[in-house]
Amino acid sequence: MLNVDVEKQLGSLHLQVRFQASGGATALFGPSGAGKTSVVNMIGGLLMPDRGAITLNGTPLFDSTAGINVPPHLRRIGYVFQEGRLFPHLSVRQNLDYGRRLSGRRRDDKAFAHVVALLDLGHLIERRPRTLSGGERQRVAVGRALLMQPRLLLLDEPLASLDAGHKREILPYLVRLRDDAGMPIVYVSHVPAEVRRIATTVLRLDAGRVTATGGIELLDSADLDGLD
Amino acid sequence: MLGLSAEEWTAVELSLRIAVVATSWALPFGIAIGWLLARTNFWGKTLLDGVVFLPLVLPPVVTGYLLLISFGRRGPIGAFLYEHFGIVFSFRWTGAALACGVMGFPLMVRPIRLALEAVDRRLEDAASTLGANPALVFLTVTLPLALPGIIVGVILCFARALGEFGATITFVSNIPGETQTISAAIYTLTQVPGGDAAAGRLVLVAIALAFAALLLSEWLSRRALNRVRGD
Repeated sequence: MLNVDVEKQLGSLHLQVRFQASGGATALFGPSGAGKTSVVNMIGGLLMPDRGAITLNGTPLFDSTAGINVPPHLRRIGYVFQEGRLFPHLSVRQNLDYGRRLSGRRRDDKAFAHVVALLDLGHLIERRPRTLSGGERQRVAVGRALLMQPRLLLLDEPLASLDAGHKREILPYLVRLRDDAGMPIVYVSHVPAEVRRIATTVLRLDAGRVTATGGIELLDSADLDGLD
Repeated sequence: MLGLSAEEWTAVELSLRIAVVATSWALPFGIAIGWLLARTNFWGKTLLDGVVFLPLVLPPVVTGYLLLISFGRRGPIGAFLYEHFGIVFSFRWTGAALACGVMGFPLMVRPIRLALEAVDRRLEDAASTLGANPALVFLTVTLPLALPGIIVGVILCFARALGEFGATITFVSNIPGETQTISAAIYTLTQVPGGDAAAGRLVLVAIALAFAALLLSEWLSRRALNRVRGD
């Protein structure tokens, strides 16, 4: 269970967000500039809220009154970025293995093989990120985040940098991931079609506020003009 | 070998040893200062920047003299180091290495600073979300990605150290077998009658070393670049 109740002034945008997310995939849905990425950055520890608290499964990650701010490397939250952010100097295998190696956990060949199979990465394993297509890169990024055995997975517009074909290619993997991984997912997107496929809960974010919470039926009632 | 006399070989060996020691000692400081200049903001940063680059614009003799009065046996730093650690710089090859390190330092810091500035900070963020603490992020992401610039800095510093003359001779004089590098030996030989042949031999050695260093740096930076680009 993820609890978020934070405030942050970002230029002219006053972000004030409060929500809970349990199992399944919670979509943060809204137009660009609504503060979606800032919210996941605060959950991941890359951006510090001005005020408020974030807890995950009962343990605080951030609490301004108690002076708690767990650094990102101790949060164990998987983060898939819009642009993948694979390490260009490492092979796909080394990218996938990075989280395990750097946190000093023992090798787990079974988990590795499972993720490689889940995301169909077998034939890419010795390649360098630069030689991959956009879709392949994002799959590796998802695998890399999964293999650090996160308690929560953040996906920030993971399909935004892909063309329509690659989007179709990746979506089924993400659905599989949601049903298979058994950890809560926070999925950021401004594209209704994507959210409809992935989300079990939808949070509508507008100008720094949560304006609606519900199931994917929110997508039908909401005024979606100009979002896609 | 190569028709060099024993003294000439000594000068060559000394030059190499001094340049290697100077560069090796300068490297950790170069990375630290490069990082401070690239990534932090603090009061006095402009001053630090200026001090680091001073040896590049000062006459080498002035740098050598400043080293002499501060690191000499009776200089404040030199006296301290001698009393507490038994370290002596004046008229020793270690002093020549210090002078060469100081002279090469600005050439080392600049490319390292630029390389660190060019590293994509978003990759460092990604590394931290994957569980790497700040030190490990620096070692596994920042440094490897800045490696081409670090190699350039090392080679420039090494080349400067190999050819350093003014600061070295001012600080630690020109003692055969202790502080007489190739440059100092060539200078001495051109001052005595009949020294031309020996000077010519050392000039050839200097040219060969310079070429070797250039080729090596070319090869190393290409390798490092390919690695960073992920080819």
